Amino acid sequence: MNKILAVSGVVIRELYRRKDFYVLFILTVLITLLAGSANFFNDHSIVRYLKEICLMLIWISALVVAITTAARQIPFERENRTIFPLLAKPISRWQVITGKFLGCWLASGAALLVFYIFFAIVSGTREHSFPIGNYFQAFWMHWQMLGIVIALTLLGSVALTTPAANVTIVFIVTLGILFVGPYLHKVAIRMTEPSASLLTGIYFAIPHLEFFDLRGLIIHDWPMVAWLDIGAATLYGWVYSAFFIIAACLVFRRKALN
Amino acid sequence: MLRQRLILILLFVGCFSLAIWLDAKQSERDQAGKSSSFLALAFGDGRKLFANSTFAKADAYFHRGNYPSIFEINARREENHMSGEAAQGEAGHAEGDHEHEGHEHEEHEEGPPPSLDWIEAFGKHFRASVHVHLEKGEEREMLPWLQLSVELDPQSIEAYTVAAYWLSERLGKVDEAEQFLRQGLRANPKNPDILNELASLYLKHRHDPDRARNLWKLALRRWNEVEKPKEKPNDFLLDQILGGLFQVELQQGHTNQAIEYLEQMKAASPKPDQIQKKIDELKSTQGR
Repeated sequence: MNKILAVSGVVIRELYRRKDFYVLFILTVLITLLAGSANFFNDHSIVRYLKEICLMLIWISALVVAITTAARQIPFERENRTIFPLLAKPISRWQVITGKFLGCWLASGAALLVFYIFFAIVSGTREHSFPIGNYFQAFWMHWQMLGIVIALTLLGSVALTTPAANVTIVFIVTLGILFVGPYLHKVAIRMTEPSASLLTGIYFAIPHLEFFDLRGLIIHDWPMVAWLDIGAATLYGWVYSAFFIIAACLVFRRKALN
Repeated sequence: MLRQRLILILLFVGCFSLAIWLDAKQSERDQAGKSSSFLALAFGDGRKLFANSTFAKADAYFHRGNYPSIFEINARREENHMSGEAAQGEAGHAEGDHEHEGHEHEEHEEGPPPSLDWIEAFGKHFRASVHVHLEKGEEREMLPWLQLSVELDPQSIEAYTVAAYWLSERLGKVDEAEQFLRQGLRANPKNPDILNELASLYLKHRHDPDRARNLWKLALRRWNEVEKPKEKPNDFLLDQILGGLFQVELQQGHTNQAIEYLEQMKAASPKPDQIQKKIDELKSTQGR
């Protein structure tokens, strides 16, 4: 476990040394404040549009941070040839992958926490309320979703040839699952065989990232989700993350490094 | 040296001519009532697609985020209560009464439709899936999207009238409603729908029947110019305009004029018997 934590510590240090997070955070702050300064019919208590814009920016920023951080881990180690001294130490390949995953996940979580604190401040100043339980649930679920995406990106980073291809494919897959994934079975009903069965199969096989999107509930002030459902979704997320990490370990185990 | 100076002068003349030409074009656009905003210049007519999306977004907000996706587009049409409520609210005066709250559509809470599988069923725990509407002043949350809708498409008449309805009827922002309608009128000077909405606002909230009458008369003229030649004219709007005129004349004791408008309404109404009954009632009252 210490070896995994050591590898993950390096990844976390890398995130705060890089400028990606700072740039995305400043952009999110600026755009949110600009949107907040808009005047709609002299009513200053309108807030939901601002929450929607801020959360959308947080989702985009978090995806960019998570995917770009995870995608460059293994390829950059190989490119800079630092993978050889790393593996020369008493550490196995699966520990490297797990450490990289843990580091990326924790680093993304830390970045996400900063974003959600900003969101809570913006929302609180307009709404004069602070539903901490709802915000914690939204943050937690978002973080679990990033775990699946990071695991998928790590799998892509060992399976695909270039980081650019990996980033592009993971972005397309993630956005596709988020926007189209929940409706594949409805589309399949109107299709003919074998396309209908194939699409239904995909629907049941993909990780349903929309479970982890609580933005609608936060924006429209719905009550908290039952903790049992949060627990079940967390378990669902961990299963998919574990699946992608194990797949990444299996591919990386047989991979030639030079 | 002389050649360089000539080139400079030529460039200057070119810039000056271009500026004059662009200025004339801009004036033409302004006179034609076309938007010269950044959005219009950046997106052209493509912005109308986004305008429809933002209008749908306002409706989604009205349902507190519970809204069908593009894969359930037919359901979306049925679900659009935001415009429906506004239209039914305005229809009140067409029937000659003031019961704007007495519209057919009642706010209601419905359970979500049955799920097709466990993924869909489980997913419903993490999104709004109960049918409720905004109330108690929360309707204001829709307004940014309606304003954005008209910024993107200044010819989006429904966005003006719907926003004005919610502003004046539910949020008590009569000045803002009037301002918004006048903005719509500047962009669509010949539109009878906006004139009708403005007249209604003057009668109900400004208590100015004379101005309301003038606006409704103008709306009627515009309806005859714009709608009448169409294959399927908007009879519902005509009914609203004539209903408004009838109401004003009746309020001011001009019974003959009121009967005249009822006669016109009867010609366009799907229920002429009811209107004839009202005409008879008025005539008998007048006889006494």
